[in-house]
Amino acid sequence: MEFRIRRFDGENSFWQSYEVPTKKGMTVLECLYYIRDNLDSTLSFRASCRMGICGSCAVKINGKPKLACETQVSELKNPIVVEPLDNFKVLKDLVVDFEGFFAKHKMVKPFIVRDDIDYNSPVELIQTPKELAKYYNYSLCIKCGACVSVCPAAATSEDYLGPAALVAAYRFCADSRDKDCKDRIEIISSERGVWRCHSAMACSEVCPKKIEPAKAVQLLRRKAIIHSIKKLFRW
Amino acid sequence: MKQEYDVVVVGAGLAGMRAAISAAQKSKDLSIAIIAKTYPIRCHSVCAEGGTAAVLRDDDSYDLHAWDTIKGSDFLADQDAVEFFVRECPKEILRLDNWGCPWSRLKDGRIAQRAFGGHSVNRTVFAADRTGFHEVHTLYEKMVSYDNVEIFPEHFLTNLFIEDNKVKGVATINLKNGELVAFESKAVILATGGAGRLYGFTTYSHQVTGDGIAIAYRNGLPLKDMEFFQFHPTGLVPSGILMTEACRGEGGYLINKEGERFMKRYAPEKMEIAPRDIVSRAMWREIIEGRGFESEFGPYIALDLTHLGEEKINERLPLIRDAAKKFVGIDPVEEPIPVRPVAHYTMGGIHTNIKTETPVAGLYAAGECACVSIHGANRLGSNSTIECLVFGNVAGNMAAEYALRNGRMKITSEEIAIEEKRIYDSILGKSGDENPYQIKKELNETMDKNVWIFRTESELKDAVAKIKELKERYKDVEINDTRKGFNTDLLSTMEIGYMLDLAEVVAIAALKRTESRGAHYRLDYPKRDDVNWLKHSMAYYTPDGPRFEYIPVTITKWQPVERKY
Repeated sequence: MEFRIRRFDGENSFWQSYEVPTKKGMTVLECLYYIRDNLDSTLSFRASCRMGICGSCAVKINGKPKLACETQVSELKNPIVVEPLDNFKVLKDLVVDFEGFFAKHKMVKPFIVRDDIDYNSPVELIQTPKELAKYYNYSLCIKCGACVSVCPAAATSEDYLGPAALVAAYRFCADSRDKDCKDRIEIISSERGVWRCHSAMACSEVCPKKIEPAKAVQLLRRKAIIHSIKKLFRW
Repeated sequence: MKQEYDVVVVGAGLAGMRAAISAAQKSKDLSIAIIAKTYPIRCHSVCAEGGTAAVLRDDDSYDLHAWDTIKGSDFLADQDAVEFFVRECPKEILRLDNWGCPWSRLKDGRIAQRAFGGHSVNRTVFAADRTGFHEVHTLYEKMVSYDNVEIFPEHFLTNLFIEDNKVKGVATINLKNGELVAFESKAVILATGGAGRLYGFTTYSHQVTGDGIAIAYRNGLPLKDMEFFQFHPTGLVPSGILMTEACRGEGGYLINKEGERFMKRYAPEKMEIAPRDIVSRAMWREIIEGRGFESEFGPYIALDLTHLGEEKINERLPLIRDAAKKFVGIDPVEEPIPVRPVAHYTMGGIHTNIKTETPVAGLYAAGECACVSIHGANRLGSNSTIECLVFGNVAGNMAAEYALRNGRMKITSEEIAIEEKRIYDSILGKSGDENPYQIKKELNETMDKNVWIFRTESELKDAVAKIKELKERYKDVEINDTRKGFNTDLLSTMEIGYMLDLAEVVAIAALKRTESRGAHYRLDYPKRDDVNWLKHSMAYYTPDGPRFEYIPVTITKWQPVERKY
């Protein structure tokens, strides 16, 4: 099959085609490795686990963001067009800059906040399967960037926290072990937060882990409204 | 360019991040850099699936966990290290609970535990079948809450700076711009993971190329017990993707072509949840003797979960179901999964003592790159993620204490210039006729064929000769990509160089050990030989290949006995 890859060498952007002998069961990632090992070792891409859990290899395949490692070539039309993710700065070929992405994740305080935890003498916190189920799906985010790459709000405003960071914010707000969501709510209701979302739902459509970031944003909006009402009346 | 920190952690998987947290917790005044060749959450630890062992309930005891681990190790584990280790495990599980890890729960909300190979009781704590993934994300998210930890993602380790047997920092390439960055520091922790990509059929992520182990080795540190490589029984055919031991812990069967649960002939009591070395050997024997299934991707054994039911599979093994569907088009609810044994874990590594200290002052190693040793000749499932947490914590503490007591030693601009010249002139700028990826392919084929589950003198000798040939040819490789920014061609070529050094150590260590113990099985020496071989191998670098010494195993209260399951 023909692979048409959008490349960038640090200065120039250009298209390059490679012919890859594919066979049943082969993934797009395996084809990228085939190209690197046999045809052109200057091709750069990120990959690690090749089992859809590390989040390294999200690229645009025939127009849609996907994990290269879980995309079977047999499901794709010839030629297979591979491009770097949109809404990220391209560093080289298929490699994009994730610095801002991870900085935003950090901004939402993605960790348990409670003041009765002692580092040196931890205790078992009780969490029922029902309580676990409230946030578990949102803890599955692999931070691959697919959601951000299709987000119309992220496309137009660079400081928007974006769907992945908001998923993380919701995941911790919904965790029964977290005791103080106030700071997180302040951040996500700021001008860079949930109100920027266009509700286009594109993120939920492309998430390889089927997390539905758009739903997390809706749930956070509800929390933000309650929080601002409480603040108004100084509850 | 030079950066200055008190503690530098290399590697941002479970052990590295746990170490960084521990050092940061020790003192707010310490500055800590954590360096990794990927982003932290892209590390191989995310691939750990089944769980993490710890004594939590009254039906279990430290002595029992220790005994299971020591018996599993085929008595090569150091028993003082194991006794310390088992006592630290529960605290780490609870810490992760307190930090947000979504552990799977019992109905009453307490942390659940499942059965695992070689453990006498249900001891394995888990988060569905994504345990490593959740542990990694929990640690990462905890780590970013510390202001004194700075993350340097996509920095590739190229060397250590050591003077008068004291560490003074590390050299890295910042992948983004290709510049050399030296980190000058009081203490260094290596937590760079195993070396599994020496093999072609492997569960390991592409990035696990043994960089830290090889760099330590080249700098004169001894590598311990490198002949012991674990083969996990159930790698998905053909990709090698891990099908967790929890599949069997939850009740799955291994079935041969004749429809037989053949483990009854190899481990009648434990059956499918005997330790990994025993199950892998049994499966390989079934395959050799013609009782495997045939496929276009070679022989396989059926991992049958169909009797577990859809509900249990969805709750306990969702990743397995998803992966089997996506990668081989099989729904384990309906059909068995095709599997065969697969290279999975590096029991050996950088020699450390029980406190994670290496022979170089200020230099510590933890996690899979280190060999303490608690796993000996065969690691039990769910003892590795917890090892990363326990010894990551120890390393972080030790390094922090060392940094509080000692000053930084200067890395001179000449030293940095020498490293720059080595990389950009001698490696990147060199012309040659060899394709590094062809060398890697041949190395993988050699390891898969000659340094596999059943080993013989003649095959190991062939492997050593082939690796030496590949090392010669490697001197003549050419890197096609000459640009500096995100040069993955340079990165991969350097990784292949590391792998060749380590493969040579593994093959020669295996050739020298004329007995069968744990994962190291010699068809020509099929018995364990405690008289001559109850000892650790120590490989030291020389330009002509490794030189070996041996050190005794620490026995506290469990004398070696015959291993039956």
